[in-house]
Amino acid sequence: MSEKQHEIRLRINGTEHDVAVPARRLLSDALRHDLGLTGTHVGCEHGVCGACTVLVDGEPMRSCLMFAVSAAGHDVTTVEGLARPDGELGPVQQAFRECHGLQCGFCTPGFLTTITAGIAENPEPTEDEARDMIAGNLCRCTGYQNIVKAVCRAAELARDDRASEDGAA
Amino acid sequence: MKPAPFDYVRPGTLEEALQALAGHPEAKILAGGQSLVPLLSMRLAAPAVLVDINDLPDLDHVRADADGVRIGALARHAEVLKDAEVARVQPLVPLALANVAHPTIRNRGTTVGSLVHADAAAEMPMVLRLLDGSVDVAGPGGRRTIPAAELYVGPLESSLHHDEIAVEAFFPALGAGSGVAFEEIARRHGDYAMCGVAAVVTVEGDRVVSAKAGYLSVSDIPAVVDLTEALDGSVDATALAAAAAAALEELDPETDIHATADYRAHLATVLTARVVTAAYDDARTRAGGSR
Ligand SMILES: Cc1cc2nc3c(=O)[nH]c(=O)nc-3n(C[C@H](O)[C@H](O)[C@H](O)COP(=O)(O)OP(=O)(O)OC[C@H]3O[C@@H](n4cnc5c(N)ncnc54)[C@H](O)[C@@H]3O)c2cc1C
Ligand code: FES
Ligand code: FES
Repeated sequence: MSEKQHEIRLRINGTEHDVAVPARRLLSDALRHDLGLTGTHVGCEHGVCGACTVLVDGEPMRSCLMFAVSAAGHDVTTVEGLARPDGELGPVQQAFRECHGLQCGFCTPGFLTTITAGIAENPEPTEDEARDMIAGNLCRCTGYQNIVKAVCRAAELARDDRASEDGAA
Repeated sequence: MKPAPFDYVRPGTLEEALQALAGHPEAKILAGGQSLVPLLSMRLAAPAVLVDINDLPDLDHVRADADGVRIGALARHAEVLKDAEVARVQPLVPLALANVAHPTIRNRGTTVGSLVHADAAAEMPMVLRLLDGSVDVAGPGGRRTIPAAELYVGPLESSLHHDEIAVEAFFPALGAGSGVAFEEIARRHGDYAMCGVAAVVTVEGDRVVSAKAGYLSVSDIPAVVDLTEALDGSVDATALAAAAAAALEELDPETDIHATADYRAHLATVLTARVVTAAYDDARTRAGGSR
């Protein structure tokens, strides 16, 4: 195989990884195949389903619509990076568990990343705003009701977190 | 499927980017990739070289002044959408942008990329046509300005040359006495619409002195129809019916997997009446507010 390899450094969940990839390697495939971070799921591979959504410099983006070479130099957060430093579930993960926001779990990583950024931008979403926040993500199991509940619950948990941080400081 | 192999360059200056394009007749520009990467993954396109323009300096600006709105090639839809000055100077831009895909796609996709991708189902090419905006492009021979009326030549085909890079789009400001409205019908919010209509209506007192409507997903290029004569000064039910009929006479709705031609014609009729009325109300409100 003579396809040119690009030596790039990816910063994923705060850890730097040096990899050699062909230019056409999608970020989603680099995460899963080159780095073994299989939490990011791939459904449609053309931007429609949202399963592959990761945070790039804090903003949700489709990892199936980015090349790994383009992600070099940016901070990428995958679902593996959403847990608390002590390994406990982060607020969005916790809310999904409490509200039964998942069944098979295929779509879940994309929802978790999208909602993490969504509640950072809008810390008190109404139910309508919660629906809007997840409108670009498809779930074939839950019927969305519990995901909408989980968005509101996650926002609540994140607010509690901030309140206790402020209290501790 | 995965993209076919290609060479990848990410130049740091416009000159280098233009050279890379000039050197490779089969090179393609990569901006946000939200339209191009799906085409590559489905192997509907297989360029030999991708010229990634994301590192080019000074192209991510969004500026609004009395003349209008200027959007750099690397400004993402999301940046343009949240700019309050843009909304003040040309409110049709955010009205339409809110219907472009989902927030996640808007975080990466560029407005200029959408304009030159020239999809007749996309919102912004139609808005550029309706407002008589333009796109500035840089090429080996220097810069030129392409008026929207000359930009769209066929389905997914713009009049940009292969070795040119669109650097900035210009949307003229909303004129005095004018109002705007936008509405589209899609199966789900964020999907490409089966039909969408925008209108600019100018009033003097309660009389319509000019009215134009833009149509997306109806013809194979973004279409604009002047409705001034058909409305004959008014927006009552008779005038609106005449306007919708006049529009359909100039449009040629097409059938595809998403909707039949008849259904599109029906949507165009209903939406024409709605957006013309809404743009008229908007014009009256703005005139009242500034008195
Ligand atoms: C799931 C999904 C839903 C979507 N829904 C909508 C929708 O409802 N409405 C809508 O309008 N769009 C929609 N889009 C497309 C989106 O708006 C894209 O962002 C936009 O069409 C292209 O911008 P880009 O920066 O991503 O361009 P790219 O994908 O990088 O490029 C698109 C094309 O334009 C060329 N190009 C890009 N920039 C330049 C430049 N500066 N100079 C010359 N050529 C250039 C490229 O070579 C390529 O041919 C959707 C996309 C997805 C994935
Ligand atoms: S796999 Fe990326 S959006 Fe479906
Ligand atoms: S939980 Fe199965 S697809 Fe969403």
